[in-house]
Amino acid sequence: MTSRQLFQLFGRIGFWLLVALIVVIAVFPFYYAVKTSFTPSSELFRVELWPTRATFANYVQIFSQRSFLQAIFNSIVVATSVVFIALLLGITAAYALGRVRFRGRTTVLLIILGVSMFPQVAVLSGLFEVIRSLNLYNNPGGLILSYTIFTLPFTVWVLTTFMRQLPMELEEAAIMDGATPWVTITKVFLPLMWPAMATTGLLAFIAAWNEFLFALTFTLTDSQRTVPVAIALLSGGSAYELPWGPIMAASVVVTVPLVVLVIIFQRRIVSGLTAGAVKG
Amino acid sequence: MASVTLDKINKVFGSTHIIKDVDLAIGAGEFVVFVGPSGCGKSTLLRLIAGLESISDGELSIGSQVVNELPPRERGVGMVFQSYALYPHMTVYENMAFGLKLAKTAKETVHERVMATARILQLEELLERKPKALSGGQRQRVAMGRAMAREPRILLFDEPLSNLDASLRVQMRNEIARLHKRLGSTMIYVTHDQVEAMTLADKIVVLNGGRVEQVGSPQELYQRPATRFVAGFIGSPTMNFLPARLGGTSPTGCRIGVSGLTELALPQDASSYAQDAALLLGIRPEHLRLSEARDCEGFEIVNVEYLGNEVYVYLEPKEGDTLLIQRGEAPSQWAVGQRVTLAPDPEQVHLFDPDGRALPIKAARAVA
Repeated sequence: MTSRQLFQLFGRIGFWLLVALIVVIAVFPFYYAVKTSFTPSSELFRVELWPTRATFANYVQIFSQRSFLQAIFNSIVVATSVVFIALLLGITAAYALGRVRFRGRTTVLLIILGVSMFPQVAVLSGLFEVIRSLNLYNNPGGLILSYTIFTLPFTVWVLTTFMRQLPMELEEAAIMDGATPWVTITKVFLPLMWPAMATTGLLAFIAAWNEFLFALTFTLTDSQRTVPVAIALLSGGSAYELPWGPIMAASVVVTVPLVVLVIIFQRRIVSGLTAGAVKG
Repeated sequence: MASVTLDKINKVFGSTHIIKDVDLAIGAGEFVVFVGPSGCGKSTLLRLIAGLESISDGELSIGSQVVNELPPRERGVGMVFQSYALYPHMTVYENMAFGLKLAKTAKETVHERVMATARILQLEELLERKPKALSGGQRQRVAMGRAMAREPRILLFDEPLSNLDASLRVQMRNEIARLHKRLGSTMIYVTHDQVEAMTLADKIVVLNGGRVEQVGSPQELYQRPATRFVAGFIGSPTMNFLPARLGGTSPTGCRIGVSGLTELALPQDASSYAQDAALLLGIRPEHLRLSEARDCEGFEIVNVEYLGNEVYVYLEPKEGDTLLIQRGEAPSQWAVGQRVTLAPDPEQVHLFDPDGRALPIKAARAVA
């Protein structure tokens, strides 16, 4: 073996070691969460990398709580509503911003982008007042409203970029065929925009599904809570015990739908994210 | 089938005046071609007729109806776009049926019309395919089918062949010409290619800088260009231009002096120009006859291009730097380096004044 081949071999080994290290660092917390969710509460605080006795007790416990099931239901309602509203408003706004020439179009786009730059805490008190005056306090509607506000800038921005890349002549062909703007959007543009819709929709869904601060602030009772808050407020046997087992089980349960969605849409996400970047 | 009338049409984009006072009458069933260099406003003019752009000033009528304010769908026009702009997610059938469905046509009628159109364009085999599974020529036909399916009163073509390769372009050009004969509908066609214009048109409209330079049949434009611009634009290779001087007028025309040529007696009426007025003489490459020069007089042959059926001879005058082109039959007796004298055919010579307008032929001669 020449020194050159040796050098290459060590290079390869080094590369894969580095990859392994990155994967371990990235995946370990999730692995540990999954592992903990299968660990009986008596053994929770023994540090082990591999569960010696797997149990479903934690899962049984969380699914026997009505408030948790209610929270999952609330989360589904909130997240899907946010996705639908954001996509509907996003695509119509994208048509206006991407296709219709009007004064101050760039300003509007910049304002939209600016809105998304504020940290949530900055608008929390103001948004609280808005939600109270709209009578949406302790109501999923309040969450849908606030999440939509924070999701729309991204949605509008991505869809606008995407819409701008669709050829102008396509829209003109639709106009010659007698299509109104609404028909053009729904019958011509929408079918072509699925990748962008899937990307933005999924990201909106994840954002709404995982959001904690607004959900904690704008809801009061168990029956209105969403999953992240419900998990955080899971209580153990006494005030001094944090029920790690059930918390981890609940976390795994609510992450699974996201993973499934990402796997289903992953190809479209990639094409959607790059579609805005390079001219076809 | 309908006529189209443009009355003092203007289009202004911001501070740029794109279309300037265009008057034009297009008869029902005519095939009219708008031709001109890029940026001359030909596509804009088509889009004004289609209704994709608003008219700044003037009146546009289709048939007897003023359509300035009508949206495209109520004008009864169909349009074929340069990039075809087929709906990529729809099949060929759906592409052609889209406009009809939007017009709330009964289902059976939609089917009938689409099938009839498909038959004319030989698309029957392709109805279930998506545009991405079609070749360039097939997409072109689908684009025409989509425009035709609604049976518009006027068909508009915006440089429809410029995306095709050369041989397919000739084939599609032929198909469009035959389609026009068969349907007999009014067609307006935009191109920058003067060969397409010459071969397709009943009537050519030459545009330059937003104005109409000349309107006429291909023969008229070729044989009697009204301006220097038209003379230079129509015909390939392009017309030769030589600076000339008015030597005098006569009852039958005028005498013209050109450097390097003997004085020519031409049939043009130059009576409104002063003696010695500077004019421009134009002569097409095929109307130049060459003969061997004795000494170092005349023009030098700098290049000979052999094209199989014909030969282009490039000539350099003694003074001046504009090359002249002569077009003759192959095989050619001429070789690079030879000196020749020119003999233009007086009947085929064009004269232009300094503003670029052609001098008229004297009436007596024109009749004879």
